[in-house]
Amino acid sequence: MGAVLETGALTKFFGMVRAVEDLEVQIQEGELVGIVGPNGSGKTTFLNLVTGYVKPDRGWVRYRGRDITGLPPRAVVELGIARSFQMPQLYAGLTVLENLLLALAIRAGKGGEFWSPLAQESRVQEALHILQQFGLEAYSHLGVSQLPEGGRKLLDVALSFARRPQVLLMDEPTSGVSVKDKFAIMDTLVRVLKGSQVTTVFVEHDMEVVQRYAQRVLVFNDGKVVADGPPDALFADPSVRRAILGRD
Amino acid sequence: MENLLRRLPLLVAVLGLLLFLAVPPFLPRWTLFLLTLAWAKAMAVVGIVLLLRGGLVTFGHALFYAVGAYAAGFASKGLGVRDALALVALGVVAGAGMAALLGAFLARYREVYFALLNLAFSMVLYALLLKFYWVTGGTDGLRFPSPTLAGVTPSPPFLRLAHYYFTLGLGVLGLYGAYRFITSPLGYTLRAVRDNEVRVEYMGGSVWRAVYSAYIFAGALGALGGVLAGMAVGHLVPELAYWTQSGEFVFVALLGGTGSMLAPVAGSIVFEFVRNYAFKFSPYTWQMTLGFVLLFIILFLPGGLWSLSEPVARRWAKWALSWRQGP
Repeated sequence: MGAVLETGALTKFFGMVRAVEDLEVQIQEGELVGIVGPNGSGKTTFLNLVTGYVKPDRGWVRYRGRDITGLPPRAVVELGIARSFQMPQLYAGLTVLENLLLALAIRAGKGGEFWSPLAQESRVQEALHILQQFGLEAYSHLGVSQLPEGGRKLLDVALSFARRPQVLLMDEPTSGVSVKDKFAIMDTLVRVLKGSQVTTVFVEHDMEVVQRYAQRVLVFNDGKVVADGPPDALFADPSVRRAILGRD
Repeated sequence: MENLLRRLPLLVAVLGLLLFLAVPPFLPRWTLFLLTLAWAKAMAVVGIVLLLRGGLVTFGHALFYAVGAYAAGFASKGLGVRDALALVALGVVAGAGMAALLGAFLARYREVYFALLNLAFSMVLYALLLKFYWVTGGTDGLRFPSPTLAGVTPSPPFLRLAHYYFTLGLGVLGLYGAYRFITSPLGYTLRAVRDNEVRVEYMGGSVWRAVYSAYIFAGALGALGGVLAGMAVGHLVPELAYWTQSGEFVFVALLGGTGSMLAPVAGSIVFEFVRNYAFKFSPYTWQMTLGFVLLFIILFLPGGLWSLSEPVARRWAKWALSWRQGP
């Protein structure tokens, strides 16, 4: 099976600071890949480069063999790559349901319609179904500012999931939530995403979370991939633990 | 109770419309004129409120107000078009066309840049209207003869009333259009743009298209207001495009609030009457009176006059609920 997403010689400097350099990554269809590494190792920059948030200085990104290097976010999303954010990016002035209804309308190419109502019955049903999958149906009529942090994280992913992506990139989906909630959130996300056969890449600081949920782990350090393999084998390796934690 | 609350705006709109239909024949002519002007200007303010929902403040919306008025005025004077509906259509198309032209450039800007670039364009138009006096009449202005309604020129005693009902009819249509816009996917995308542009792009939506479309619609509404006001006043002057006119629209938008498309109408009516009485009772300090009104609104009613409707609505919903449940 060929790589669904791959990068080659991907390099980005912010001024004199090297964010990533000659990054070679291959993601296979249907994989659930965790990315770990210390702060500033280039994890989020990798997601930003793939999804067009920043343009690389050199190198390339391919999606199903097609060069998507430097495409703007909207074009990348339309190809089937979605992402979520470390700080949930939601519409604070809308309710949970409205956030999702808008995502569904845009997915259907109806985002520019100005005469038909957003809350059409079939759209509302689909939105409620997605909210149910993510365990958010009880919050549907609340404003997003009334959601607990875990709910905001889930809604952030749900908005991306509503596009029916083939690849989903998640940036620290459990940061800022309690230890108990972390696993509940990951259980929900993995269940929904695996059930929909979405190829998933997630950046995570918590090694326990990565070890429990990822099928494969990429260890980033200093803008490069320094280790790649199944989590149990990788985390048993003292050199990898040193690269991530700075100690054995 | 939430259901009852949701139905309240419709009830208010229907009751308000009945009031606006039934009462004016019994009002003095000057009041009728103020009401007509208030409804006309409310259309421009609705455009401002639409843009505000997208987080966009414009200090140059009078540009479209003037474009609509002068386009209809030129059509009346130069082409001999006398039919009121045709003049409105021409004015609105001219306003929308101008907005399409400027919006292609302005839709990329935000915050103070958007506000001031709009102001700059409106002042360019003001200068053109002033300097090309052989076309526009300069400071003397342009006469806008009373148009015909379905081929009939209303007789003088009924002229004001005819203008009023014509303005009311188109105003209600404008409000309905604005309501459809804000409840549509595009209207919600515009609100989403205010909250989080990055997310809109990452959901596959076009921020530029949402802002551009709203700008054109707001421009068309501004032009509609301009034509209707021009018809009511019967005379067009370059001050229609002046920055103080734009400031007045923003003032009224804040006065009414952005909570509903009915708010600009409430704000506009209150503004016209407050200004009229302020001028009557203190002709040299009427601007100060308006300033105090704005200060009062900002300090005590930051949501505008429309925010007063919320406690009333809750009380009404409670009463309706208890009445439905019986003793």
